[in-house]
Amino acid sequence: MNCADTLKLIHAYADGELDLIRSLEIEQHLKTCVQCAAERNAIQSLRAALRQGDLTHRAPESLREGVRRMARADEPEPARQDFRPAESIQLWIWRLVAAGAAAFAVLTILSRAGMSGRDALLDEAVADHVRSLQVSHLTDVASTDQHTVKPWFAGKLDFAPEVRDFAAQGFPLIGGRLDYLDGRTVAALVYQYKKHFINTFIWPSSKTIVTAPVLENDRGYSVINFDARGFHYCIVSDAEGKALNAFADLIAH
Amino acid sequence: MPHLDAAYNLARWLSGNEHDAADIVQDACVRAFRFAGDCRGENARAWLLTIVRNTAFSWLKKNRPRAIVPIDDHELEEFEDVNRAGDSFHGADAGVLRIALDALPLEFREALVLRELEGCSYKEIAEVAGVPVGTVMSRLARARRQLRNHFAGKGGL
Repeated sequence: MNCADTLKLIHAYADGELDLIRSLEIEQHLKTCVQCAAERNAIQSLRAALRQGDLTHRAPESLREGVRRMARADEPEPARQDFRPAESIQLWIWRLVAAGAAAFAVLTILSRAGMSGRDALLDEAVADHVRSLQVSHLTDVASTDQHTVKPWFAGKLDFAPEVRDFAAQGFPLIGGRLDYLDGRTVAALVYQYKKHFINTFIWPSSKTIVTAPVLENDRGYSVINFDARGFHYCIVSDAEGKALNAFADLIAH
Repeated sequence: MPHLDAAYNLARWLSGNEHDAADIVQDACVRAFRFAGDCRGENARAWLLTIVRNTAFSWLKKNRPRAIVPIDDHELEEFEDVNRAGDSFHGADAGVLRIALDALPLEFREALVLRELEGCSYKEIAEVAGVPVGTVMSRLARARRQLRNHFAGKGGL
């Protein structure tokens, strides 16, 4: 791990949000790099100051009492109680979640309006990749066996992604998970190349031919997009572009 | 009522004063009761904080539109000025910290308050603020950088 990588992740590290392997890699780097270690110390020093600084406000008693009264007034009378109160509460929670999701979708669309669709997808794919490396989020089904991973997706997606292991070619399959990209739920297959993880996002495409892979770079990550056999593939990794091109070639053929 | 202190603390930091914070929390609790009867569930704290946050932002939009300054989450961080910024807050005065925290853009302050004062995880902050986890990480990084610059600009402590 070099300084640039460390500084990118140092806040997630200091906040305890990284997986064990990445935390260890960063710790290793911090032992030898004075500058990065100073950065970590600054984060910790700021944290200590904020927590000791008596900055947390406690609810005043008047508010506490007001909310207590409200809670009492809000308790449903036994006679009025619905015959399935638990379900009606659940229904409301779902409505709330749906409303929140809709509002979030609108906000996301608004905030992305200034970005071209292509850049937005690139940005989203890299964000998904980075997120997947945080807190054991990498795989929902951890298995190097394609016959375990493939059935796991059945019933969770409205399509069946191709799941193949390329361990013999140096890209072992690690597992899979569901992710959200380009406005839909997609399959994410995770492969490993040396010490790098490769996220392969898959969703249906109208193109049945194999299109030429397009390699792009975003914030130090390589992203390859192409279509093959009715699926769109979006491959993201911090592995070198050359290895990633070879990997894309395996998937495409 | 569990999590009332957390709700009040967030509202207090977002609104900037006690009176408005109490109004916001009261309002948020009305909504919370209306929607679920009670704040139960897997993560009741994050759920309640989300309602408080949304109530606070609506309130600010209506009553103090100038408090809401859009921030650009896609802006890349500048790692270069790391060395110029202050890196020790040892013995920092609470009053000075409070002023510095209040001077941060709303979204940065929110992320930092939830993380450092409430001990929320990135996932919880993402839920409350309605942004991806990656955005939470970059907001925290920028919030901390701005606080450090604030102190460095004043010649340290």
